[in-house]
Amino acid sequence: MSTESLRIVWIYPDLLSTYGDRGNALILARRARQRGMPVEVLEVRSDQRLPATADIYLVGGGEDGPQALGAQRLIADGGLHRAVAQGSVVFGVCAGYQLLGTSFFAKGVQCRGLELLDLQSDRGPSRAVGELAGEIDPRLGLPALTGFENHGGRTHLGPEVSPLARVTAGVGNDGATEGAWRGKLLGTYSHGPALARNPALADLLLRWATGANQLPPLNDTWSDRLRNERRAAVAAARA
Amino acid sequence: MPLRAKVASSVSRTAAALSRAAGRGDGSVIGGWIGLKIDPDLLVHLSAGRAIALVSGTNGKTTTTRLTAAAVGVLGRVATNSFGANMPTGHTSALAKAGSTPYAVLEVDEHYLAQVLEATEPHVVALLNLSRDQLDRAKEVAMMAQLWRAALVRHTDVRVVANADDPMVVWAATPPADPARGINPPHVTWFSAGQRWHDDSWVCPECGSTIQRSGDQWWCTGCPLRRPEPQWVVEDEGVLDPTGAWHKVSLQLPGKVNLGNAATALAVAAEFGVRPVDAVSRLGIVTSVAGRYAQVDRDGRNIRLLLAKNPASWLEAFDMADEAPTLLSINARDPDGLDTSWLFDVDFAPLRGRQVLITGDRAYDLAVRLDVNDVAFQHVRTFDDAIRSVPPGRLEVIANYTAFQDIRAELDRVN
Repeated sequence: MSTESLRIVWIYPDLLSTYGDRGNALILARRARQRGMPVEVLEVRSDQRLPATADIYLVGGGEDGPQALGAQRLIADGGLHRAVAQGSVVFGVCAGYQLLGTSFFAKGVQCRGLELLDLQSDRGPSRAVGELAGEIDPRLGLPALTGFENHGGRTHLGPEVSPLARVTAGVGNDGATEGAWRGKLLGTYSHGPALARNPALADLLLRWATGANQLPPLNDTWSDRLRNERRAAVAAARA
Repeated sequence: MPLRAKVASSVSRTAAALSRAAGRGDGSVIGGWIGLKIDPDLLVHLSAGRAIALVSGTNGKTTTTRLTAAAVGVLGRVATNSFGANMPTGHTSALAKAGSTPYAVLEVDEHYLAQVLEATEPHVVALLNLSRDQLDRAKEVAMMAQLWRAALVRHTDVRVVANADDPMVVWAATPPADPARGINPPHVTWFSAGQRWHDDSWVCPECGSTIQRSGDQWWCTGCPLRRPEPQWVVEDEGVLDPTGAWHKVSLQLPGKVNLGNAATALAVAAEFGVRPVDAVSRLGIVTSVAGRYAQVDRDGRNIRLLLAKNPASWLEAFDMADEAPTLLSINARDPDGLDTSWLFDVDFAPLRGRQVLITGDRAYDLAVRLDVNDVAFQHVRTFDDAIRSVPPGRLEVIANYTAFQDIRAELDRVN
């Protein structure tokens, strides 16, 4: 960790916070504090410089205009690139996932991404709205992904990244794979407070940030019930 | 009215009455649906000859419509869609049912404002606010503001009453004028109703720069867009009118947000020539609106119903609720939006220290949210369980749309 406390940066809440994105910062902070780690959460607006020395960076969802603007400002700022070079963790959600790639479409125009992940996004034939589920890459050792997706993009992965999950319900990247990861960078179409339904994914980000091999377990009764209920709902919709 | 329209109007009224008699609904949609099948221009015909006000926005539409109808009622009979059926079928039903009236005040779903402006040619349109609401099916906020703006460009003769505190509304209400081509800016009267929710207006819809705030003021850091000086302002327990006269407003509805709705109603009524001094006492007649704010006594508990559909309206509900045991109920059916992510846009901290019960189809989503928010709670399966779990006295119920309707049904569809 960079300092005595775990530093979490929520990038551009003024642009990239369409729907409950704050939840990921709140969940990470709470799960770290419950393990006795001091935590600092910084909300960095798009007219402020991005500190390059935080442990975890969160990039949330946004409408087309704010997404394009957010990518431009992040490229101009350069702070996120420096942080990644120093080994920081980045978690991108929906529009925030797309802009970590090499290019994406916003308002019908191809925009340059941050080129931190080897992937590019374009427009799909229809909007993907609904429950999203998948089996996560076994190398990450996590239980199934569950989430809600709401996006018009399709994402094509290059050879330098691995899919986060194999889709079992919903669309994700392209109906077959969902999300991507490389090193300590991870992105998903599971939008908004994605970590609320995936506490093990939150702990993976915390382990990456702290270097801990494992973390003391927490009482996840309510998330477990929520996960089971969503799994049953997806199964029922398919039956 | 053309014969076809007369027939359509009559059939519409009959269908609505049958729907009510059969217990299938309140008839506020079905009648209009059938009427419009017979005569697609029925809403145009039913609107002709009436002085009409439209009320639109993300939150507060139903209540503001009710208050406005009460205020305009000073002048004569007012047709209104008081059951919250706010799409053209609902407007058609309401006007057909009311028969000939000199005035109409219609609540309009924000997505339908352009269409209803076209059909009804209103005298006034009130624009309340725009914030995130059911994004999995609704239009995103900036897109909605753009639609409103484009609609107002085509109706520059309509008088606009708009919220000076909401940058998205201000931008929508001030489309670019081009007097050389005969496009004049609409006449806008600004009101200030306060706005607790700011998270959808940090970015200027005109130029993309950051919007700064200080006290009541806001301004864009990159272009001239800024808060206009409001002519109608909520102050203490009353409303300042454009002449500077202050009117005490005694409502039976709770919360500062309803004082803002009252100010809006007085401003709209003034566009019809109603003096605030004549209208203000009529606002106090409104007790509950389609179950919202209704109070029901059951088993020694005084149950009060508050509807909260999106982050902005939850903030207002916490402001209204007493320090009392509180039941929260969340569903995610079609009318609610299927996505519960917005729960993380709401800070539930004001509920700490109260007895909190949760229920509804999506109680577990709420449970995870409250857990992260350090709000202690108890999960109950049914409304009866909730009542049994609290001591005699006030029980505040805050629920989103279909959860609210479920509980209203338990309470014999209280209005």
